[in-house]
Amino acid sequence: MEFAELIKTPRVDNVVLHRPFYPAVEGTLCLTGHHLILSSRQDNTEELWLLHSNIDAIDKRFVGSLGTVIIKCKDFRIIQLDIPGMEECLNIASSIEALSTLDSITLMYPFFYRPMFEVIEDGWHSFLPEQEFKLYSSATSQWRLSYVNKEFAVCPTYPPIVIVPESIDDETLRKVATFRHGGRFPVLSYYHQKSKRVIMRSGQPLTGTNGRRCKEDEKLINATLRAGSRGYIIDTRSLNVAQQARAKGGGFEQEAHYPQWRRIHKSIERYHILQESLIKLVEACNDQTHNMDRWLSKLEASNWLTHIKEILTAACLVAQCIDREEASVLIHGTEGTDSTLQVTSLAQIILEPRSRTIRGFEALIEREWLQAGHPFQQRCAQSAYCNTKQKWEAPVFLLFLDCVWQILRQFPCSFEFNENFLIMLFEHAYASQFGTFLGNSESERCKLKLQQKTMSLWSWVNQPSKLSKYTNPLFEANNLVIWPSVAPQSLLLWEGIFLRWNRSSKYLDEAYEEMVNIIEYNKELQAKVNILRRQLAELETEDEMQESP
Amino acid sequence: ALHIRDVENVRLVDRVSPKKAALGTLYLTATHVIFVENSPDTRKETWILHSQISTIEKQATTATGCPLLIRCKNFQIIQLIIPQERDCHDVYISLIRLARPVKYEELYCFSFNPMLDKEEREQGWVLINLSEEYKRMGLPNNYWQLSDVNREYRVCDSYPTELYVPKSATAHIIVGSSKFRSRRRFPVLSYYYKDNHASICRSSQPLSGFSARCLEDEQMLQAIRKANPGSDFVYVVDTRPKLNAMANRAAGKGYENEDNYSNIKFQFIGIENIHVMRNSLQKMLEVCELKSPSMSDFLWGLENSGWLRHIKAIMDAGIFIAKAVSEEGASVLVHCSDGWDRTAQVCSVASLLLDPHYRTLKGFMVLIEKDWISFGHKFNHRYGNLDGDPKEISPVIDQFIECVWQLMEQFPCAFEFNERFLIHIQHHIYSCQFGNFLCNSQKERRELKIQERTYSLWAHLWKNRADYLNPLFRADHSQTQGTLHLPTTPCNFMYKFWSGMYNRFEKGMQPRQSVTDYLMAVKEETQQLEEELEALEERLEKIQKVQLNCTKVKCKQSEPSKHSGFSTSDNSIANTPQDYSGNLKSFPSRSPSQGDEDSALILTQDNLKSSDPDLSANSDQESGVEDLSCRSPSGGEHAPSEDSGKDRDSDEAVFLTA
Repeated sequence: MEFAELIKTPRVDNVVLHRPFYPAVEGTLCLTGHHLILSSRQDNTEELWLLHSNIDAIDKRFVGSLGTVIIKCKDFRIIQLDIPGMEECLNIASSIEALSTLDSITLMYPFFYRPMFEVIEDGWHSFLPEQEFKLYSSATSQWRLSYVNKEFAVCPTYPPIVIVPESIDDETLRKVATFRHGGRFPVLSYYHQKSKRVIMRSGQPLTGTNGRRCKEDEKLINATLRAGSRGYIIDTRSLNVAQQARAKGGGFEQEAHYPQWRRIHKSIERYHILQESLIKLVEACNDQTHNMDRWLSKLEASNWLTHIKEILTAACLVAQCIDREEASVLIHGTEGTDSTLQVTSLAQIILEPRSRTIRGFEALIEREWLQAGHPFQQRCAQSAYCNTKQKWEAPVFLLFLDCVWQILRQFPCSFEFNENFLIMLFEHAYASQFGTFLGNSESERCKLKLQQKTMSLWSWVNQPSKLSKYTNPLFEANNLVIWPSVAPQSLLLWEGIFLRWNRSSKYLDEAYEEMVNIIEYNKELQAKVNILRRQLAELETEDEMQESP
Repeated sequence: ALHIRDVENVRLVDRVSPKKAALGTLYLTATHVIFVENSPDTRKETWILHSQISTIEKQATTATGCPLLIRCKNFQIIQLIIPQERDCHDVYISLIRLARPVKYEELYCFSFNPMLDKEEREQGWVLINLSEEYKRMGLPNNYWQLSDVNREYRVCDSYPTELYVPKSATAHIIVGSSKFRSRRRFPVLSYYYKDNHASICRSSQPLSGFSARCLEDEQMLQAIRKANPGSDFVYVVDTRPKLNAMANRAAGKGYENEDNYSNIKFQFIGIENIHVMRNSLQKMLEVCELKSPSMSDFLWGLENSGWLRHIKAIMDAGIFIAKAVSEEGASVLVHCSDGWDRTAQVCSVASLLLDPHYRTLKGFMVLIEKDWISFGHKFNHRYGNLDGDPKEISPVIDQFIECVWQLMEQFPCAFEFNERFLIHIQHHIYSCQFGNFLCNSQKERRELKIQERTYSLWAHLWKNRADYLNPLFRADHSQTQGTLHLPTTPCNFMYKFWSGMYNRFEKGMQPRQSVTDYLMAVKEETQQLEEELEALEERLEKIQKVQLNCTKVKCKQSEPSKHSGFSTSDNSIANTPQDYSGNLKSFPSRSPSQGDEDSALILTQDNLKSSDPDLSANSDQESGVEDLSCRSPSGGEHAPSEDSGKDRDSDEAVFLTA
């Protein structure tokens, strides 16, 4: 058994756990294959139950024979364990280090997790592309499902089923795929019923330095336009970056070849720049010693909110094209797996009321992130505390969730889910007992047989008992487009994520409870009144019937 | 009020999207600047009180006309374009004069008439009663007594006549001490914490210079200490930076020498002076005014203004004092230089932390009445009500109000009032519509016979209290009890930019749905439901009894109550997109607001909850403008929301299945 080899000391007594806002607890520390558990054996509860995969970095230090292990988690929490005995401490530290950096996905917890709940609805089948397509097919016949990528042969990062223009056959798609980065030919991301315009996404066109063109590519995207109308191409890179990409075989759509399209560059940062931004932000949030001014300058220097503003602005622009300009939009950056998905999914939050419901938001994540091939495994491998910086690690998904939170804050009654729902998704993207966020694409998930071997996050979340925690009590369906403000005054630090472990949320939690109570009590009364009204009505009709037989 | 003049074809520029401008007519009256849009559907009115005008700027004439920029003390900014340069100049000159009255009688409160009779007006003035407040604190008692030493303002003309001093402080001691204090502001009681007898006292700086001392002043502090049997020392908190306090010694002023006073613990808490604060606000407002700033511009500018650092300094001082009183059981004497700015801020923050009463609607009015109005905070000078020295102007009470907001953000259930209450108080400190904040002292107000000639804001706010309630407040909630405990570790991120105040006229920047309004609507409906439930139960009981007796009674079916769906029209989020395209000049090709339904809805947004009609669209003074036939559709009228119908359906479904 592999894990036993890695666990040098499975159990240590008299370990003291220090957590923010809780008194220190002494108890027994246990290491299992996937968890670090500390229990004081009081009230039959465990004070700490931490997935190894949630551990981002560990530090150790010694004072005499008392060792201290500081565990920094991917959810930004920092906990401290005081472990008596140098050897025990070293053993624990090295075991945790090994267990938290397993390199085989199939050793991860989701492959071992056995659900303790009854699965009512298998989340793996909750959001099938065919079902999602039905929502569109009733409104338009311009689009069709294509199975061209059935074996992942045309595009390794696309799902087997994609939505493409009705008039474009699979052969054309294959040709277009050779002209787009990673084979990511333009596919439908969203159909806006009101304006009948669409959002498409793709990889960059491989024009190279000599301005290569592809008639099929032009035909495909033109097929989405009505005669005489124009569309917009939103390139999520600056013009400069897009031009540089040509040297590496990439590039952007030339006006001459795409006369019906207007290209707009909206620069959104990627990769290590985002990762560094996150690292700086979390560092600033954890630094409690500085004065007011240094806090603001550190917040500024992290650039996190600048990224939020850029992403939101691009998404708003897309929504504006669709709803106000009544023009279709094609979005891509380089690969079309990061900033592209941030923009397409946020534009839908703005435009589409359904994506602001719990179910609709899950469908959005399934469609626009998981099936669209956002490389979760790579991007979320490490978080803010890791020293070994890899090019592919980046908080792309967290930025998206933060943007959703910003819109939720501005429209607190328009979302069916609450902040906890977003926090939960963040946690599971980085460390989870469920298979949903494993792998980098549908093809990888297929190979891993996740559907057979692991549980879907959606199976768990969509239980009524769980949903109540994530439901926004203020929600009232709102069918309008919601235009967020992107002014700096309107964008705030997401305290629920970044200050979660640095400030007590006691009073805010109480306020939330009070809010729930106010609304619940109202509903209760409403129900009571309705029952009485009905009873009265019945009695009165009885009366009347007796009166006039 | 006089109708001075009007100018037609003036354009009011939308500050968020400058391309949009409303065409209308500008009216100048003796008290207001009024802009009425031509658009026949809305005839939207914008009213600006002259007393709210902070600066007027005439900008370079362009082809379209002559721009006039008006910045207001409530942070509204109005940009007008007047077609003729001559008209613009006239308006400019008139406003300069109107915005800077030289006599109190010119102020709005002397012409404002809310149609209340004399009795109602008098009732209004006794709503907040400081004698009652001292009684509530538990005074007088064995240690503290009401002193009449300042009757007819004989000792200190900026103090009230009603003052509490330690029982052992004789008139001789008081008068002696007053001679050793700046502007004779001797130590008096501000707040008494009856749980442990500790108190917060206030004064001005001592005239100690480098070595002077005063026996009576030393006795005065001893008397304060003796009035608190639970502690053997008194904190003396000088709220100035040490350097400033030391510099004052050269002018014969300064701070207490610990060697001369027995059993005091002396402490500096560096809050900057009014000039630093004025500049800081100025800098922050420049940041707020930036056109499409980047995130860095904004954060850097905010930091550079130092505003939040100053807010934190005031809070820190308040926290220190509240802790000294509640945890150490020690009395505290607070002063700064004159003891009417920083001292007022710090005493009131500390009291607010200590006593839940001040976190209620009425208690908060009492707090301002006591620590600010009665103790001679110089409202006229600080807020520039009359034309005066611009160097005297400083946002001292604005900072206090912001401290309260910062606390509300951290303790959402602890306050009975909501953000709107604070914003309206801020507005009226500058509006001069009510007499409460006139003049620099109680003495001046009495001489001017304010209570006979003007109305009280407190009565006005109290009458409309439903608009100012915090739905999350519950008197029996743990947060509302006792002292508010702030975290001991320095949490700098606790203090946030208050966009709801400083950008409050940029509606697009604020959350488009208000949780407070939503919850208030729910609570209102809940109350109706409770009443209905009771009535239904009664009827049901009756009918059942009657039926038991086999008597036939006819009852009319009740009208199903209309489930409003909490009016989402208030929360209706119809809004328009901003300019997201950055510098792309030609985008969007079509103006987003062209004939769309949203822009009409946005008007109801503007009028949203203008519960205080005088804030945005003052209708009380309409008579001054003859041709203003059309009133703005202030509050209440909202476009029907799409959701309400749906809600009724779901309601009925419940009804059927029940």
